[in-house]
Amino acid sequence: MATVTEGVPAVGLTAEAPPRPSFEIVPLRGLPIVAIVLVGLVGALASNRLWALDFFHVAGGGLWTGIDLFVGFIVGPILGRMSIPARVEFSTRFMPKMLLVMPTLVIVTLTAGWQLARHLGNLSAVYPHHGWLVASYIIVGVMTLIALGLLEPANVAVLFELKKPEPNGERIGRLMRIFIFTAGITGALQVATLIIMSRLATG
Amino acid sequence: MTATLDHTAPTIERQFPPIRQMAMVTLALVIVGGIYLAAYLPRRAPFGPAVGLVVAADLLLLVNVVVLSRIKPFAWGTFFLVAKWALLAYVVIAGLLEYVFVTDHTRGHMLVLLTLMLATFAVTIPLILGFSVARYADPAPAPTD
Repeated sequence: MATVTEGVPAVGLTAEAPPRPSFEIVPLRGLPIVAIVLVGLVGALASNRLWALDFFHVAGGGLWTGIDLFVGFIVGPILGRMSIPARVEFSTRFMPKMLLVMPTLVIVTLTAGWQLARHLGNLSAVYPHHGWLVASYIIVGVMTLIALGLLEPANVAVLFELKKPEPNGERIGRLMRIFIFTAGITGALQVATLIIMSRLATG
Repeated sequence: MTATLDHTAPTIERQFPPIRQMAMVTLALVIVGGIYLAAYLPRRAPFGPAVGLVVAADLLLLVNVVVLSRIKPFAWGTFFLVAKWALLAYVVIAGLLEYVFVTDHTRGHMLVLLTLMLATFAVTIPLILGFSVARYADPAPAPTD
């Protein structure tokens, strides 16, 4: 991905806007970390070691939930009160990282969780809490739809808008609102998932 | 958030056909199909509803591609730039899920159905992402004679 030259003024945002920082839409330095995590996940799946599957599911799910809640309910309201140049500077540093972090956490959590549940016999329709499990499928399905249909497209669109010589501040604001609002919704749904998972873990 | 945006001129965005909405319905159909199949495990779910959902999803995806291809002018360069990388990422993700199904000894019609669902998923998301960016990009200048 091309890199914006350091020092390009943020024309179209505000007259006094500082230069936008240089950034990559996909932070290439983060790709090896993603690759390591995915290789680790494949190793856990191939070896079928329960502790490894449990680690990926719990660690991934905890981070996914925590980040969603933190972005939706803590970062979002703070960002909404910042000036446009500050918001743009934050977005150029924050959004590319989210583009790598969130899909990785989602795939790790769901894949490891599925395999863990299969090994523990929780996927079976005769499992006493099968209804709870199906409820968690539905919640995850809704979260997936929101994340892939609204949140991630807004994330990517903001980054491309910021790459333009004259970014549209109003458009960035609107897309960021979608991003933060949907992160909040998925965060709230995550709480429901946490309740279900806690219920399942304790029988 | 709007309070600090007052000093920017409101943008009148170009109107497009409901590409993203149709893609989201496609995804929803695939997700419902997946939940339906998973809810019956380890027994085999009746295939009829699942096949119906996949067929409906793929037909809608096809309609969406046709509608998208008719948008003129459109920033196709930007669309394909985003869509090709997104496709690569989601093929990897779908491949991981397919690997899980295969290692779980899923075979026959069930595997075919799940593979079709994953393929639909892996194509729909790049379409959403490519469109979401390209709709705000300047269309490529028309070739001059």
